[in-house]
Amino acid sequence: MSENAGLSGQERTRSTLDPVISLTDVSKSFGSTHALDRVQLTVQQGEFVSLVGPSGCGKSTVLQLCSGLIRPSSGAIERSYENIGYIFQEPTLMPWRTVEQNVRFLGELEGMSRRESRRRAAEVLALVRLEEFDNHYPMALSGGMKMRTSIARSLLLDPDLFLFDEPFGALDQISRTRLNEELTSLFADRRFGALFVTHSVDEAVYLSSRLLVMCKRPGRIAAEFEIPYEFPRIPSIRYEPEFALLAGKVAAALAESS
Amino acid sequence: MSGAPALEPTGAEERPSKGGIGPFLRMAAPPTLVALLIVLAWYGVTYFVLEPDRRFLLPPPHGVILQGFLDGGVLTEILGGLYQTALVAVYGLAIAFALGFSMALVMSQAKWIERSLYPWAVVSQTVPILALVPLLGFWFGFGLMSRVTVCVIISLFPIVINSLTGLQSVEPKLHDLLTLHDAGRWTRALKLQIPAALPHIFTGLRTSAGLSVIGAIVGDFFFGRGRPGIGILLDRYSRRLRSEELLAAVIVACLLGVAAFWIFGVIGRRSVGHWDPSWSDKRQKR
Ligand SMILES: Nc1ncnc2c1ncn2[C@@H]1O[C@H](COP(=O)(O)OP(=O)(O)O)[C@@H](O)[C@H]1O
Ligand SMILES: [Mg+2]
Repeated sequence: MSENAGLSGQERTRSTLDPVISLTDVSKSFGSTHALDRVQLTVQQGEFVSLVGPSGCGKSTVLQLCSGLIRPSSGAIERSYENIGYIFQEPTLMPWRTVEQNVRFLGELEGMSRRESRRRAAEVLALVRLEEFDNHYPMALSGGMKMRTSIARSLLLDPDLFLFDEPFGALDQISRTRLNEELTSLFADRRFGALFVTHSVDEAVYLSSRLLVMCKRPGRIAAEFEIPYEFPRIPSIRYEPEFALLAGKVAAALAESS
Repeated sequence: MSGAPALEPTGAEERPSKGGIGPFLRMAAPPTLVALLIVLAWYGVTYFVLEPDRRFLLPPPHGVILQGFLDGGVLTEILGGLYQTALVAVYGLAIAFALGFSMALVMSQAKWIERSLYPWAVVSQTVPILALVPLLGFWFGFGLMSRVTVCVIISLFPIVINSLTGLQSVEPKLHDLLTLHDAGRWTRALKLQIPAALPHIFTGLRTSAGLSVIGAIVGDFFFGRGRPGIGILLDRYSRRLRSEELLAAVIVACLLGVAAFWIFGVIGRRSVGHWDPSWSDKRQKR
């Protein structure tokens, strides 16, 4: 991966421990629905934080708040990222654009020069292993490839904060496992800050450096786990006894909160 | 992320090979057979149902061909009418498109605008053209202008509705993506809504093209000043009981309608068939 290390021209020295986003006592209501109650949450540069919790506990709401798409009812959100990547459950590609054109889209919005965006698109397409498919339309791609395209689209701007809202939930198990591996090496390479929402405890433990369990009505952070494995994660850790132990603890906390 | 390139199977099925005359024959044979049957039935009615003195009601197909299409004078007259009618239909469709698409674009910008304009788009569809005839004649005269106006009124609705549906068909999450990057209204329309709307717009255009042809012919009957269109010829031939010429003109009018529909089918497939499933060649409904 060394040839892709860092998007040259925009070499930021990323030091871990700088928070890219932090939520302090954030609450959110939708009308009479009290969705979130005094959520505390910090994601640092180079930290991969997962968020698991029963459905309807406010995970997506946390991401929307982080992105600024919605505002909190009370509490403070401090943002110190320059660029943000937001990956939704659906790939949300533009079907009229080829893979490459989709990937270059945010460059167009941000006024990136054509040359620069073409160069970066080639880079990120190689990162997600789609360089052979740059001229394909989304219609001709599998679910996994669409999701890779979606990730590549955000990677173009080299975001320092990545939000993921159950991105692999709609994929089959094999594609999902493979994308987990790709994501963890991508993370090891780029060291962005990540906030990753998922239903799968296994996926959360495998990917993250820190894992938060949320509970419902109103949504709160109920438990927190440190995941001690080094990055990039090797696939075989999934079969180690400690991994199972950790996943078991998380599952227990999740069951308690549901 | 090193290692062998991950080549997942793509979701798309193999396209059946396009070449060869076989598929074309299979497509074209059934309708051709129906056409033959119709001609046969036509001959049947002409020679076995109608007595000789009433045969002028349905002259035989070869009579129509001989007197309608192979007679130089008549053919020139009919082709001239065809040209006039097509011209009116094209003007009408162009204006209806400009008007209808702009309406849809404005409506897609805010709910309150949509709520204010939508009922009027519906009303435009319910206007009894006949009731407007005197008024249109009064305002625009009994020539080209009024005929074009009839076309516009008739073909406006499908364009408005289809364009609006298309402009609103964008996934909400894509809108979020643009919001995240501070895209304005204009960028949103140009880069997101209009491209997403294209398949619907072509569907609307295809429907409206047929309606515009109808409008042009109907318009002829009421606003006959100036060079005659097909509608005027139809009227003239039927008054003079020239049934061969009448049938020839009817057939030409039908072909014009079919051509209008077909042209926009081709344009639609060419422009968006490579990404929109409903316009792609593979579309095999059922
Ligand atoms: N835009 C909204 N309007 C009203 N209620 C909402 C809205 N978004 C989320 N909610 C409510 O807030 C709660 C949390 O939703 P969400 O964040 O989507 O949960 P999760 O992603 O964990 O499944 C749910 O009860 C949901 O019904
Ligand atoms: Mg959710």
